[in-house]
Amino acid sequence: MTTATSDDWRPALAPAILLRRDRVRSTDLLVLPERVVVLSGRAGAIVRLCDGGHSVPQIVGELSACFPGAPVATDVPVFLDRLRAEGWLR
Amino acid sequence: MTTPAVPAGSGTSEPEVPRPWALLAELTHACPLHCPYCSNPLELKARSQELATGDWQDLMRQAGDFGVVHTHLSGGEPLLRPDLEEIVTAAESAGIYTQLVTSGTGLDQARLGALTAAGLRSVQLSVQHADPAASDRIAGRRSFAAKERAAALVRAAGLPLGLNVVLHRDNLDALDAIVELGLAWGVDRIELANAQFYGWGLLNRAALLPAHEQLAVARDAVDRWRTRLGGHPDLVWVVPDYFDGVAKPCMGGWGAVSLTVSPDGTVLPCPAAATLPGLDAPNIRDHTLEWIWDRSPAFNRYRGTAWMSDTCRSCSRRDEDFGGCRCQAFALTGDAARTDPACGLSPDHGLVRAFAREGGADGPLPYVYRYPGRAATGQPDREGVSRSGR
Repeated sequence: MTTATSDDWRPALAPAILLRRDRVRSTDLLVLPERVVVLSGRAGAIVRLCDGGHSVPQIVGELSACFPGAPVATDVPVFLDRLRAEGWLR
Repeated sequence: MTTPAVPAGSGTSEPEVPRPWALLAELTHACPLHCPYCSNPLELKARSQELATGDWQDLMRQAGDFGVVHTHLSGGEPLLRPDLEEIVTAAESAGIYTQLVTSGTGLDQARLGALTAAGLRSVQLSVQHADPAASDRIAGRRSFAAKERAAALVRAAGLPLGLNVVLHRDNLDALDAIVELGLAWGVDRIELANAQFYGWGLLNRAALLPAHEQLAVARDAVDRWRTRLGGHPDLVWVVPDYFDGVAKPCMGGWGAVSLTVSPDGTVLPCPAAATLPGLDAPNIRDHTLEWIWDRSPAFNRYRGTAWMSDTCRSCSRRDEDFGGCRCQAFALTGDAARTDPACGLSPDHGLVRAFAREGGADGPLPYVYRYPGRAATGQPDREGVSRSGR
């Protein structure tokens, strides 16, 4: 069900899924009705830009500016596709 | 309560005991249904013993600060608490994701609207069978129509909806129809929970235990549906541990992932643990949640592996199933520290094999319905929920 990331996709969290900062565990979480997904590393920073307004190239652009030298252009679209395949992003 | 104020890696250490993720809030033991498989204890807490609104609000604040992410608002029937909205608001304000676990009786448009406005995030609805008359018979009350209406209201409100079906010999054969019911009601998740025998349910074990063939057919049906549905709705199959020879990793380990708060404020590592003798379960009226989780003898009793019998301590699966279920070990052997008899390696496994062989042996057996203070009649009573409870 994974489709190639298209440039006009503006990812947003699926309804009823929350991005939460867990202060106790110092991590970002995706909270679903029956499960919690721990977002390690910079995954939270990526998901935070999935607000339905940013296109994938815009997300890549913002992250590249924040994390110079990181393989953002290759890794971020793959990560977003994985989250879409799980049904967490639309 | 201390929150790490500095990022990890700069000198702070993780808390000694990993913090709980989930809180099962048993807001009341009162319930309009009379299900024979009820896993609540034989001795229910009276409404006069229940925590007050302010107690639950304070508990939610503590839980949020302590790292709890999810709360399941359950019972009994949580809708019987007229202050449910205030408890939802307290959880939401504490940053805790709320799920209502309900029979659906008493959930009308106005109540759901009030709960949604208070911050309710999702709903899990029980159903006893796909056939209305059979569902009502198992519940001991006319309730299917109310459930169907509740499902439609939740969908219309846009909340995620899960269906929860306890499976046993009188509904396993309807597995296909149950999945089709979930599809017709537009649910996101169907939890197919093979009956576990605790509390009241233990009284009905003979009537509820399925035949081995029934389980095999149902399991195949689940596999077929999963392939066909491709993950939506999500089908969750809770294993029948009497039959598999494998102990379940009960609660993800004792005092490891979640905690249960009983209607009277007793805090337990699992909903059935109140039955364990000498546990001396702490009460939230007397202690902070932090002390209860980190320090109380009850929560430390079966943590780690030091308490285990040699069977478990020397086993390669000890960190996967944690020795199985303490409450089941106690119920079947009288010693909560023994290996769960559901495990094929347990010296007591013969007990479970003997029960499993009895499953589905004779024709249908009558249920011992759960009617507090009344004799079982087997007659569904009239529809409608009293908000003041019984």
